[in-house]
Amino acid sequence: MNDFITEFILLGDPNIRWVLSGSVLFGLAAGALGCFAILRERALVGDAVAHAILPGVCLAFIFTGDKDPFALLIGSVIFGWVSLVVMDYIVRNTKLSSDTAIGMVLSVFFGLGVVLLTYIQSTGNVNQSGLDAFLFGSAASMLPEDVKLFGMVSILVLLALVFLFKELKLVSFDPGYASVIGYPMKRMEFLIATLMVVTITAGLQAVGVVLMASMLIIPAAAARYWTDSLLAMLIIAAAAGAFSAIFGAAVSYGVPSMPTGPWMVVSCAIFFTISYFFAPVRGEYRRKRQRRLLKKKITGENLLKVFYKLYEMDDNRQKGRTISDLVKRRNMKPGELKKSLQHLVKNKWLNHYSGNPEAWTLTDAGFDEAKRVVRLHRLWELYLTQKLDLEGDHVHDDAESMEHMITPELEAQLIAILNNPERDPHQRVIPGQNGSNIAEGGK
Amino acid sequence: MQKHESVTTIPPVEVHDLTVSYQNKPVLWDIDFTLPGASLTAVVGPNGAGKSTLIKAIMGLVEPVSGYSLIYGKPLEQMRKKIAYVPQRESVDWNFPINVFDVVLMGRYAHLKLFRRPGKGDREIAEDALRKVGMLEYRNRQIAQLSGGQQQRVFLARALAQQAEIYFMDEPFAGVDASTEEHILKLLRELRATGKTVIVVHHDLQTVSDYFDQVMLLNLRLVAFGDMKTTFTAENLQKAYGGRLNILSQVIELSRKAEFVREEGHE
Repeated sequence: MNDFITEFILLGDPNIRWVLSGSVLFGLAAGALGCFAILRERALVGDAVAHAILPGVCLAFIFTGDKDPFALLIGSVIFGWVSLVVMDYIVRNTKLSSDTAIGMVLSVFFGLGVVLLTYIQSTGNVNQSGLDAFLFGSAASMLPEDVKLFGMVSILVLLALVFLFKELKLVSFDPGYASVIGYPMKRMEFLIATLMVVTITAGLQAVGVVLMASMLIIPAAAARYWTDSLLAMLIIAAAAGAFSAIFGAAVSYGVPSMPTGPWMVVSCAIFFTISYFFAPVRGEYRRKRQRRLLKKKITGENLLKVFYKLYEMDDNRQKGRTISDLVKRRNMKPGELKKSLQHLVKNKWLNHYSGNPEAWTLTDAGFDEAKRVVRLHRLWELYLTQKLDLEGDHVHDDAESMEHMITPELEAQLIAILNNPERDPHQRVIPGQNGSNIAEGGK
Repeated sequence: MQKHESVTTIPPVEVHDLTVSYQNKPVLWDIDFTLPGASLTAVVGPNGAGKSTLIKAIMGLVEPVSGYSLIYGKPLEQMRKKIAYVPQRESVDWNFPINVFDVVLMGRYAHLKLFRRPGKGDREIAEDALRKVGMLEYRNRQIAQLSGGQQQRVFLARALAQQAEIYFMDEPFAGVDASTEEHILKLLRELRATGKTVIVVHHDLQTVSDYFDQVMLLNLRLVAFGDMKTTFTAENLQKAYGGRLNILSQVIELSRKAEFVREEGHE
């Protein structure tokens, strides 16, 4: 096993070099092209085409009696194209939906392919061995002449994507607009479909037809989590495709009886899972974290409000507030309350009261922050009652959720719209930034 | 001098006997009109009247069953660059990985040859278009992060960047905020002032007469078309919106049940 690893990494065996370069080129092409497939919502079409080329492969073998890569390419391209035409015909001329058409074409063509495959196996042709690798892939079975042809195909696909990037971007984003400014839409559709068919053919030996769609769909879907730029998405998907191809080839080389397709899918799936959870900005972990931070902020702001209201009642900023004081004003779970108090102490908005470690007072910064939240709350209540004609006793809950979102710019707008108000709908003073109320603070 | 005049008198859009059907269901019948240049035209009519279909048919997005349209007296294919399209906002996937500036830059693609990337001049024009719709500061935003009105303005900027002569807009005022509405209105007037022709599918009858100078009332057929003052009348509105039981709609109903086939080559 160790021998295998060193040999694989050092590329000692020329056969490994061939297999690897073929797989990597295919992975790059499939990953990048797959971006357009999923953005144009044609991912399943790719799956159907991949299955539909099996009869083409078998017929090529029957006619030539050999696994000649060029014949395989011709057979696959013809059947890939026929399947696309049939799907299109069904959608246009029947009342069936496109997913029905895709399902029908996929299963019928694949069924035909399996029949032909079984027939070939029954004829006892000596060259047939390894033909079933086309179902689930076997990278190790790739010969240098296969790699030469299919590698060239992959390179051509990559070049087409580079040179036609602008056109493909527009056609994928807004085909109607592309058509109006005079893009030859029929030819573009033809080109995109052809790229897909030949890419699938290029991956025939490495992945096999059954799981081919995963190489088109999963790297692209995962790449979308990492970026909002199409170019970056293409590069990431291509890299992920290439990595899965290397992974598949490694497995195939180490355990020759093992089909490669499933292992490529596994590595794609791992990459997708990592992307889904941990990608920056769009990943689930980051989103959950941000939600948690927001909740922490809201709880903290609400607690500061309680401190401010207690101060309003006895006009004593220095007095320590205990947990029972706080809970009386606002119903919070004890655990949540303690956590939030710690958070506020850490932010230097609260101090432990010197006389009693179980009591807290507002710091100067905390006092200003508390005043700000109370001000926003009361401004918002006033805005709702004055401008939206809501009843005074209905606005508290609305204000409660909005006050945490209002930016300084919106705050300035609110103050201007409401003419530097002094009191909220409940006749409580709206605290200003400097003075005791906004009207004074504005002077 | 005379030559110049003959150019300006060619109408920007002529539509002759246009009939369109979707899957054998007629959507537009025998539409025939000539649009004056430097005008703001509202296309108005009830839901399903074929308003969007009409502009799509003129732009070649929908194949008519019969009839044809001309752009400055010539077939559409020769005049593509003169036409800019502002589609309905819902027509694209706003989660597409692209930013505001790149969408607007697409307006320049009409003038770019195959394989050619937009150059410095194109970028400046795109920036200018973004500035005109008040969206320059959002140029690097991913388009999903915009409000509906801002998305609409991005589409407008793309059309402006194309520097066309005729602008087709499909419900640009639908569901936009007040600021966007003002921006669009200002733009429409600027376009008219610079001699452009603008056709807008519009849904809000309240604002039609304030915003536009020409109106086209549509309900499967062309009910009325002309100057706002003389055409936007209660009588015409009644014809377009009321009177469901007229014979045409009954015939259409019948032909929807059967398969609609139109004989070709008749005049």
